[in-house]
Amino acid sequence: MSNSRRTTLLISLLVALHLPVILAGFFAPYDYALQDRDLPFAPPSRLHFVDQTGAFHLRPFVYAWKQSPLGDAYEEDQTRMFNLRLFVTGAPYAAVGVWTSRLHLFGVEAPARVFVFGTDGFGRDEFSRALYGGRISLLAGFLGAAVALLAGGALGIVAGYYGKWLDTVVMRLVELFLALPWLYLLFAVRAVLPLRIKTTDAFLLFIGVVGLVGWARPARLVRGLVLSAKERNFVLAARAMGASELHILRWHVLPQTYRTILTMAALLVPQFILAEVTLSFLGLGVGEPIPSWGNLLTELQKYNVLVSYWWMYLPAVMLVVLFLAYYWASETLEERFATVSS
Amino acid sequence: MISKVALRVFHSLLLLLGVSVFAFALLSFAPGNFFDELKMNPQISPETVASLKVQYGLDQPLPVRYVRWAASVAHGEFGYSMSYRRPVASLLWWRARNTLLLATLAMLLAWTIALCWGVLQALHRGGWIDHSSRALTAVLLAMPELLIGLLLLLLAVRTGWFPTGGMTSINPMNTGFSTKLWDITIHLFLPVVALALGAIPVLVRHVRSAMIAVLESPFIEAARGHGIPRWRLIWRHALPAASNSLISLLGFSIGALGSLSLLTEIVLSWPGLGPLVLEGVLARDIHVVMATVMLSSLFLLVGNLFADLLLYWADPRIRAVGP
Repeated sequence: MSNSRRTTLLISLLVALHLPVILAGFFAPYDYALQDRDLPFAPPSRLHFVDQTGAFHLRPFVYAWKQSPLGDAYEEDQTRMFNLRLFVTGAPYAAVGVWTSRLHLFGVEAPARVFVFGTDGFGRDEFSRALYGGRISLLAGFLGAAVALLAGGALGIVAGYYGKWLDTVVMRLVELFLALPWLYLLFAVRAVLPLRIKTTDAFLLFIGVVGLVGWARPARLVRGLVLSAKERNFVLAARAMGASELHILRWHVLPQTYRTILTMAALLVPQFILAEVTLSFLGLGVGEPIPSWGNLLTELQKYNVLVSYWWMYLPAVMLVVLFLAYYWASETLEERFATVSS
Repeated sequence: MISKVALRVFHSLLLLLGVSVFAFALLSFAPGNFFDELKMNPQISPETVASLKVQYGLDQPLPVRYVRWAASVAHGEFGYSMSYRRPVASLLWWRARNTLLLATLAMLLAWTIALCWGVLQALHRGGWIDHSSRALTAVLLAMPELLIGLLLLLLAVRTGWFPTGGMTSINPMNTGFSTKLWDITIHLFLPVVALALGAIPVLVRHVRSAMIAVLESPFIEAARGHGIPRWRLIWRHALPAASNSLISLLGFSIGALGSLSLLTEIVLSWPGLGPLVLEGVLARDIHVVMATVMLSSLFLLVGNLFADLLLYWADPRIRAVGP
């Protein structure tokens, strides 16, 4: 595969993974909190093209699930077909957080429901929950990475550029934070906060915590870059021509760090998504009923879910694919910058 | 040499002190404390709660509490666990030993596999072994540790080959040494594999790139020209030359395992520090959390120190300049 083809593929993969999450209301057929107590742990719906009589339908359809006579499994209620439709109207949601919309990408005719990822113990659509949950997890990853990179980058630049005692202080702090195992630190900071807090508070605090934990490594990296950048000839030339410190910093030193910061971001975003997943998985992060990728996986700690309901793993599969895409992205960035600079 | 080591140790101790002050201050800013739950209970009067707070010294200002805690550490008690009602140290050592056992075994396994795998990949660079290995390590890298833990748990439950938690079976009949050893081994198996699987992909990638860099260097070319056997060339000439960056990684991986093992222990219920710290956080048992944070930092610092010493021993260039 040629280089540009690979890049196109990577970018479309990233878009395909992020867009449904960002526009969760549109892509998810149902609200994340909609329960159906008659359908706990229903498996994913099967798409059919051929009906009972053997006739072929161009438009795919599903059958509704019904409990089997013994009540221990689900079977398809084949008396009535429900067509799958695109661009249906359904439950209202706030699109992009601003205006209310009722338009969904797909759905089936009422009263049946279509379950792409099956349902959880409350009969809630797991696919919708995975998309809505991704919003929290992704936002946590992005904001956490932004905070860590901004704080770490700023401190790294200051330490590297001004040097002297500031450098010493910042670098000692970096050593201190690197000496703290990050998961324990995350736990310790989380222990500071009250156990039961509102989801939005928990979320904002989580961002702060992650920024606090994550700034050290970017700071050290950026400092090293700045140290070498400020000795470069064009910087010395600019200084000789009487450029102000701020001008040099902004136009000559800072651009030297962009590539590294971008590569770092591709590594930090999945790391912080993972941090959110970990905390929520352990019941220390975002709590019910609001879904996040972490608390979707919490279900798997229950014995019967772990063993019997394979579709409950699907959110985790989504997570793995997303992480793969990010690692691929960081590798591609690294390769590209390596070939550019050599 | 001795003075340099002493300096490093001193430096690490200072860092540890810094970590303890920082973590202690942080934990003390908590808006709630252990006795807040008691206040909800109508059976317990506010006076009782207040007197309990005085008894445990929670009414004192922060510096006093810190000094008291530090004194308790110096006595080897590591503070007092309010939920277990005994000194933290008595809870700690047994669990720390279990974590250490798990982490050490996992690290040995991970490094053994990673070295062989990475060298194999470097030798077949660009071949199908290399490509498939890269794909496999990428997938492993993308797997969160808790998912690996859950999948192994599923394996254990489905096959019934492995116990699903704990360290020993509850069976008073088995008292012989060999049965005990076997019992612990089989309980250890899944946590060790989970932990090693989490660590392997990063290690393999580093081993691969370090080996490729060495294999392309002129002296290996020359050695090959002299007709040194391939096997000897790889293990006796190339690997020691590649070991420099790997040793720093070793130090880092020792510390990282402390963090990684936390999750694995919780998911696979291995009685180590992981479950203890989770309980401590949930119960707001500050001294327990403090102690585990300190221990894991110690773990990391010792790992780095060990790597530095190893590097000093392995690389004559560093020995000439000094660490």
